[in-house]
Amino acid sequence: MTQFLGTVAVLVWKDLKLEFRSRDILVSVLVFGLLVALLFSFALKPSPGEGARLAPAILWVALAFSGTITVTRTFVREQEQGGLEGLLLTPASRDAIFLGKALTSFLFMLAVEAVLLPAFSALLAAPLLSAGIAVTAVLATLGFATLGTLFSAIAVQTRSREIMLPVLFFPIILPLLIGAVESSAHALSGGGFSRWLPLMGVFDALFLVLCPWAFGAIMEE
Amino acid sequence: MSSDAVTARISPAKPLGQTTRWLGLLALVLTLADLYLIFLVAPADAVLGQVQRIFYIHVPMAVLSFLAFFLVFVGSLVFLMRRTPRWDRLAHAATEIGVVLVTLALLTGIIWARPVWGVWWTWEPRLTTTLILWLIYVACLMVRAYAPSRSRGAVYAAVVGIIGFADVPIVYYSVQWWRSIHPAPVVGPLAEAGALEPIMLAIFLFSLAAFLVVFLYLLLQRIAVRRLEDQAAGVRLASGGQASPGAP
Amino acid sequence: MCNPSPHRIMVAMVNKPSGVNPPAIQVRGLSKSFGDRLVLRDLDLEVSQGSFLALFGANGAGKTTLLRILSGQARADAGSVMVAGCSLPKHATTVRRRIGVVSHRGLLYDDLTCLENLVFYGRLFSLSDPVAQARQTLQRLALDSHASQRVRTLSHGQQKRLAIARAILHRPVLLLLDEPEAGLDRDSVNLLEGLLKDWTAQGGTVVMTTHDQARGAAWAHRAVVLADGHIHEQDAVQVERRS
Repeated sequence: MTQFLGTVAVLVWKDLKLEFRSRDILVSVLVFGLLVALLFSFALKPSPGEGARLAPAILWVALAFSGTITVTRTFVREQEQGGLEGLLLTPASRDAIFLGKALTSFLFMLAVEAVLLPAFSALLAAPLLSAGIAVTAVLATLGFATLGTLFSAIAVQTRSREIMLPVLFFPIILPLLIGAVESSAHALSGGGFSRWLPLMGVFDALFLVLCPWAFGAIMEE
Repeated sequence: MSSDAVTARISPAKPLGQTTRWLGLLALVLTLADLYLIFLVAPADAVLGQVQRIFYIHVPMAVLSFLAFFLVFVGSLVFLMRRTPRWDRLAHAATEIGVVLVTLALLTGIIWARPVWGVWWTWEPRLTTTLILWLIYVACLMVRAYAPSRSRGAVYAAVVGIIGFADVPIVYYSVQWWRSIHPAPVVGPLAEAGALEPIMLAIFLFSLAAFLVVFLYLLLQRIAVRRLEDQAAGVRLASGGQASPGAP
Repeated sequence: MCNPSPHRIMVAMVNKPSGVNPPAIQVRGLSKSFGDRLVLRDLDLEVSQGSFLALFGANGAGKTTLLRILSGQARADAGSVMVAGCSLPKHATTVRRRIGVVSHRGLLYDDLTCLENLVFYGRLFSLSDPVAQARQTLQRLALDSHASQRVRTLSHGQQKRLAIARAILHRPVLLLLDEPEAGLDRDSVNLLEGLLKDWTAQGGTVVMTTHDQARGAAWAHRAVVLADGHIHEQDAVQVERRS
């Protein structure tokens, strides 16, 4: 077990180091997230009171889209530098490789959210910085990262990968998206933790078990 | 263990098995009988009138699409474990037929909704779940088409089939909860089942059986065609050609 | 049967009298369709420990596929494969510990330094002192002066040498090299030759694919050709060509 965790740690550390050096994922995803929010704001023109009502929807659509970019870029970078093949040649288990990638994406997405949440809070005049929303964000992001990593492993091998990832990813994570929006709305109206959180937890747990296995199946030729 | 995919020999096109032929005949007979029953024997619904007859078509198709996706799940699971082509064929055929059935179920649902509620679409939980199911399995077919090769496509589609099927219960529950916050007009066709007269129930069950036979017939046919496609791909390779590009 | 401890193998092999050692590679009846092509058919291959095998074959003949199966990256459709005393795909993890692979792709991270790349892989191979061993390996490949340079800034030849360093870092018993000398300058080629000769002298096994027939013949103990999905001994093929 310690070896497993150690392997995951080595993998994540390597990805973090690569990101520190080039900084291309975090910056581009942040900018993209902000752009999506701006698009929605201009399209919906929320009046001062409406901001809070529309905020959960805008927030989670923006995060879902920017999430797809994060997982794709994480994978593409690995692919381009021939790294995935190298990883598969080591004794590291496929589960560990998968979890390393998913954890990296998870951390990147959380970092982006840490910036976007205050930004949206200000832009939409909605109190997004609360415990309820924080827990929602962690649970939703976990699911996004897990399924996103699995599907980008598939999408990266297909032609038209920009289409394949959204087509695969969005229908499956709909429960998570619904949960995140409802849960955020609940928190915003002062409700604290909503009953959607356990549902999201179950979702995450299920796919944390299924996805590593599926990844192993894909990596085998 | 290495079967059609490895040998480049062609076996002469197998004549359709006798069972499949009889099944096809039975499917035809049952369908004709079913149509007769639905349109000429079943009484018109007291409240909804003639439109309600769609129920005899819509519900069996929805039910059978679930059966199809269960077959996709099983086929995909066994294929990933054993990697024999026959399980991939089953999963592939079931996915295609499942998508057709879901498409028709959605369309009949829409046709039902319009005269009854005056709207083309409602975010009612069953309809919504069906739509999401449609999206998931269309993605499954797309992945096969866009994969770099048939064998990789089979693996990817199997993974999507398994993940998709595991997701369905969660999708259903979340849409139920979501809908309870956003009430929509009256529940869909399935609710009618509770208020069925005995004769309507009988016709419904007959209809279900007829559709099941059609489903099985189509499934077997599609698997046979897929086997031929695999052999054709083998022939192309043996003669030095490229892999059949993107055959869905 | 599949001995889990890698380092003891090296010593054990050297100490056993030759002829008693199990083969480093033993393949029987291997078949593989890759993409949708039947690439390898009913292939047999045996490579004894401490030997150097050159593998020739036209592009697309399936050399890379064969190497991928031997390294556990791909699975055979049929046949039995034993590498470094373990059967694939069952004991793939153990096999990976015992082999070093140089492939067409760099397998290196452009934005990490030479040392960082090696230390990273060293950790994944559970080396007890990855940093020291990385430095040592860099020295062996004459790259120690570039240790803190990012891979992106290295020349192609230096990158290839680093790829070789990556392959030998964990002291595997079998090296699978896919055209390792392509793109190397003369000094690097000599370095590689010396390294591989030492390797086999210490009981390690090498399988190298190459398009350079002269070099392959000069370095290797034995040469085979992969054609029509089968392995043919080199001499047999040359006789066919002449007639």
